[in-house]
Amino acid sequence: MPRAYVPATIARQPWGVLLPLMALVSFGAAVLDSAAGGRFETWSMSHLLRFVVFLVMAMVIARLPQELFRKMALPVYGVLCLLLVLVELIGGIGGGSQRWLNLGFMTLQPSELMKPGIVLVLAWFYSVLPIGETQSWRALIPAGLLLGLPAGLVMLQPDLGTGLAITFGAVVVMFLAGLPLRWFLGAGAAGLVAAPMAFFFLLHDYQRNRVLVFLDPESDPLGTGYHITQSKIAIGSGGFIGKGFGNGSQSHLNYLPESHTDFVFATMAEEWGMLGGLFVLIVFWLIFRWGLKVANSAPDRFSRLLAAGMTMTIFFYMCINLMMVMGLAPVVGIPLPWMSHGGSSMMTNMICVGTIMAVERWSRNAPRSLS
Amino acid sequence: MASNGGGRNFAGKSSLPVTTAILNNRFERRTFVLGTLQAGVGILLATRLGYLAVAQNEKYQAASESNRVNLTLIPPRRGWVLDRFGKALAANRADFRVDLIPDRVDDPDKTMATLAGLLSLTSDKVRDIRDKLDKARGFQPVEVASSLDWDKFAAVSVRLPELPGVIPQRGYSRYYPAGASVGHLVGYVGAASAEDYEKERNPLLITPGFKIGKDGLEKHFETRLRGVPGARRVEATASGRIVRDLGTREDVPGKPIALTINAGLQDYAARRIGLESGSVVVMDCETGDILAMASMPSFDPNSFSDGIGRVEWKMLSEDDHVPLRNKVLRGLYPPGSTVKPMVALSFLEAGLDPNASVGCGGGLRVGNRVFHCWNRRGHGTVDMAKGIYQSCDVYFYHFAQQIGMDKIAAMARRLGLGQEFPMPYPGQSYGTVPDPAWKMRKYKKEWALYDTVNATIGQGYMLVNPLQQAVMASRIASGREVMPRLLLDRNAPPVKSMGFRQEHLDYIHAAMSEVVNGRGTAGKARLPVENVLLAGKTGTAQVVGLNMGNGKGGIWKYRDHGHFICFAPFDKPKYACAVVIEHGGGSGAAYPIARDVMTYIFAPDKAMAVLEEFEKQWGGNVQQRMATRYNAFAAKYGGSAPKPVPDDDDLTEQVEDGNRAAPEPATAQTDAAAPAPEPEQTMSAPAVAPANAAPAVSAPPAGAQ
Repeated sequence: MPRAYVPATIARQPWGVLLPLMALVSFGAAVLDSAAGGRFETWSMSHLLRFVVFLVMAMVIARLPQELFRKMALPVYGVLCLLLVLVELIGGIGGGSQRWLNLGFMTLQPSELMKPGIVLVLAWFYSVLPIGETQSWRALIPAGLLLGLPAGLVMLQPDLGTGLAITFGAVVVMFLAGLPLRWFLGAGAAGLVAAPMAFFFLLHDYQRNRVLVFLDPESDPLGTGYHITQSKIAIGSGGFIGKGFGNGSQSHLNYLPESHTDFVFATMAEEWGMLGGLFVLIVFWLIFRWGLKVANSAPDRFSRLLAAGMTMTIFFYMCINLMMVMGLAPVVGIPLPWMSHGGSSMMTNMICVGTIMAVERWSRNAPRSLS
Repeated sequence: MASNGGGRNFAGKSSLPVTTAILNNRFERRTFVLGTLQAGVGILLATRLGYLAVAQNEKYQAASESNRVNLTLIPPRRGWVLDRFGKALAANRADFRVDLIPDRVDDPDKTMATLAGLLSLTSDKVRDIRDKLDKARGFQPVEVASSLDWDKFAAVSVRLPELPGVIPQRGYSRYYPAGASVGHLVGYVGAASAEDYEKERNPLLITPGFKIGKDGLEKHFETRLRGVPGARRVEATASGRIVRDLGTREDVPGKPIALTINAGLQDYAARRIGLESGSVVVMDCETGDILAMASMPSFDPNSFSDGIGRVEWKMLSEDDHVPLRNKVLRGLYPPGSTVKPMVALSFLEAGLDPNASVGCGGGLRVGNRVFHCWNRRGHGTVDMAKGIYQSCDVYFYHFAQQIGMDKIAAMARRLGLGQEFPMPYPGQSYGTVPDPAWKMRKYKKEWALYDTVNATIGQGYMLVNPLQQAVMASRIASGREVMPRLLLDRNAPPVKSMGFRQEHLDYIHAAMSEVVNGRGTAGKARLPVENVLLAGKTGTAQVVGLNMGNGKGGIWKYRDHGHFICFAPFDKPKYACAVVIEHGGGSGAAYPIARDVMTYIFAPDKAMAVLEEFEKQWGGNVQQRMATRYNAFAAKYGGSAPKPVPDDDDLTEQVEDGNRAAPEPATAQTDAAAPAPEPEQTMSAPAVAPANAAPAVSAPPAGAQ
């Protein structure tokens, strides 16, 4: 085996995910370079720098023992909830919505951290819940409370996108934990009924407007529909092989809004065409396949739920972002992992990856037991 | 699933026997479901990507191109308006200009403050621009300044990043070399109004720097003068910043129009009117070519084309000389004695012997009224020639009754009075040639003898415009059926004869020559040119009854109108001219102008010398006088002229308003019109006409002849 010729420390690294990640981040840096009009230092530099920093962080997380994860699950969750309340209070005093805390050296967005946080705490909860209880209300009510508190706080901010992401991560963990299928079907049916009511009574005007515009972007081509329309023009005009690196007129002439953050995929697709888009999809597929494989081969219930939940959290990001830029979902402020320029999302996604890497390490150290 | 279902069946009454194995199994199955979900989403996204990027590629590529490429229209150069010798009456001048697009301006106050500093705009100009900016809709450009020098233009150009909505550009602007002299002749141009845009829906109309014809020939020949716009393709950002030029298509300039006007004569005529309110028409009496057509005071089409400022508007709209009315076509006046050659011709054609004479004792009794001659002392024995050159009213009172109004009215119409001519201007006022049928139609009253008497001396119901008088003079002079013509046509067929007997015309011509060169009423109108004799006829038309003023002095608007029609050379008529001076106090105000204008044709130097002498007394030429007046207004009202400037639509209406002629008398006139004095000596000393002060109508029915 060729692995025999490389040092063990290097060979031991989870290259199955590191290589796709590096490919994605490098590609992202190239796109950001073009989006900045060929200026590397505008966005690409910090993008790469952040990746390196958070990769180191992920490596550190990957070396943490499972015991620590289990012990820290509830305290971390509690701290995050406190921070969410704090944000709400400061926002209330400052007037208007605020989503972050200024720590002086960086701004912290607690709702971002809550995405892996909710997965961690629920994985812990189902790992300590007696097997026999998984089919009873005792499996649902505490989990519902654990989810309801942060999700409610985030939606109050109001940040619908992150609230949905948190809910999605929690529901996935509950689903994988083996809760009865009919509960999910029932909840889904209830959701179908409740959605229109929520649409009319719970959503803010601007959120409702986004949904309406999503349904008919041309109704408001210069207002809220502008984002979707311009994004579709960027992707559509790219064609199969794209306009070529640095030739994207939509992003360079500022017709495409948020060309370096939420709509970075459109920026990419304009210059690299459908080929670039397929490349990104394939790389994501490799990452998710790795994540689910790690989950499937994990040694115990906690790590399985943890790995699968983290994978699905990243998936949710990608899925919603791509559906949004291609006009399949309303505009919600969710960035594309590893390609969009932005520290918070990079940190969240690297925490997820670090956690999955940790699970992979646990399963290597402790051979899988089926009992 | 089977084992699961079985478990549930089995657990009908007790708790579910769930084991780790079952949960593991369930986890694996559900993970698989999620994996399948991911794959499904992946395929969905890939399909959508393919649909957008490949299937709909063409549509989105077009959309992207239309985003990227901005098409900027380049206003076409307008066709020139030329005189008969090819001299420009309206041309284009390359200039630098600065416009504002109201929709794109963030902070109008700040932008205007910056621009005022850069372009050194005066405060009243700044206010004018603010007025327009407040009124302008959307992308309708507002002109800030034009005809800028390079330094100012460059100063604005480098500050562009902080001045959103400001468009500096190189272009062409309309230029009228003769200024106010051609204001009414050529008209003016201006930015298209919202109504114009509604009508045409042409993006060219809202292109900065584009002007459309607003009045006169500029408006009438708009399609011909306009041309085809050029286009500049640029790559521009979403905020409108131009990244690079992609190419330019040149504009196609509009076609020129050549007029029959003689530019020098036109300018001379306009300037010679001086401080008076009046009009001068000069025609080629063989072809009908209009050589000059001036109505003064006028507006300067150059400054109108830049948009009209408050002070300028105040100045023009408050002027009782109605500078906004084209008096040549819209001014209606009783023609006074200038109709006498025409009436005499109708007598001749009706078979009257020109030697038939009447004794003038200063008045004639008609019915129970006495109609006075302008000369209360009487003219003694008067034949036709003397009737014309002495302008004896009694001669015409007497023979008009004999010949009858129908014949006179027919001749008046034949010679052009009451006619509307095919001229490229909207709405001529063509006036009235009264006859019995007309009076019955209009007032449901029988024609009375005194109506005939009034009409034969060009008073009463008779109203004409100066162009008609010029046509009448031309037709009498040449005996040809000339039509006034403004567009030059060198291949026009010769004008056919009116069919008058040449000896009749010669008789009238001789009498008209006597007016100027002999014992007539306008001896001072003799041309200072050797071998060229002028023939003419004076006319003084009363404006109000003698009870309100004697027509000579006093309140300006109650003074008599002064008329003069003439042609030259007397023996071989070529040029005909009509001059009307509103409230000039009598024909003495009109014929010196006619004399100098006609002199200009034959000896321009002599005529210019006379004009320059006059302009020294008047305080400069037209431009200088208008500038002085403007400065006086600006000093008086400053930048605070309270009256807002009407926008272009209002302005056109106001101009139309000014163009509307004085209304015809609403009620039937039953009075005898008192003829106004004719001879020139009364002009030099107006006070020596006390006899005229006596009321005409209340005079006892005595002394009639």
